[in-house]
Amino acid sequence: MATTSPVEVEPDLTPDEVTLTSKPWVTIVWNDPVNLMSYVTYVFQTYFGYDRKKAEKLMLEVHHDGKSAVSNGTREEMERDVQAMHEYGLWATLEKQ
Amino acid sequence: MSGFTRHRRSGKVIATFSGFEADLLRSLASQLVELLRNEAAVPRDHGDPLEAMLSFEGPTAEPDDPVLARLFPTAYPDDEEASAEFRRFTEGSLRDGKAAGAATVIDTLEEAGLPTQLGDERLVIDVELDPATALVWLKSLTDLRLALATRLEVEQDDEAYWASLPDDDPRSQAHDIYEWIGVLQETLVDALP
Repeated sequence: MATTSPVEVEPDLTPDEVTLTSKPWVTIVWNDPVNLMSYVTYVFQTYFGYDRKKAEKLMLEVHHDGKSAVSNGTREEMERDVQAMHEYGLWATLEKQ
Repeated sequence: MSGFTRHRRSGKVIATFSGFEADLLRSLASQLVELLRNEAAVPRDHGDPLEAMLSFEGPTAEPDDPVLARLFPTAYPDDEEASAEFRRFTEGSLRDGKAAGAATVIDTLEEAGLPTQLGDERLVIDVELDPATALVWLKSLTDLRLALATRLEVEQDDEAYWASLPDDDPRSQAHDIYEWIGVLQETLVDALP
């Protein structure tokens, strides 16, 4: 049985970021001149179940930075996500980070 | 065309199209179905033609047609072998899904009263989508926009270029249709719960 010691946790760290190391693959969505911002946000909410705030943040990353890592997990999980993004018409790839 | 709205009481998503608009959508959707079914999605690496004919595997190389290449992007930009594997296992079902989606758009329009041959110019088509069909429409409108944009070579922030084309330029007219589908899709996203 392990005991906990009083450590400071980065308050800004989201659960996704904490577990990143055990889930080394990421799904990248790339910017394209066609897909509507509202639609991309809708896809992130609908498929990934993200709340509107997170979906919009990721959409804006795609829009301004040209790409965004929208999910992470095992290689198989990311292949499923990439396939789903292609179903929705988003330009997605996967890579190991 | 005012696009889609959500009917408050039934929760259904509704839109009214002129016969011309409905006919145009049907025509674009059928062209997409043709494209998805025509350029055969077959593996190209077989040395033996008999083996190639008998193979039920999916394709491994990026499609030649730029529209298809955009609809089915390469999943691993830096890994050809992994990309080929991914394509082999996904492109067939993605193609079928997109073709079925475009066929659903056609069916919806025809069930709403669009005749095989458009005759009456005053024809009005009322379309009503349940949530599942609305999602199919949303994806299919995306595919149509991606197809048109790829053919037109639409780029980021190129509105001024399109506005500068004369009205009778066929590219300008095609771009107007592309924008119209964009408005349609925007209203559909807004109308969804």
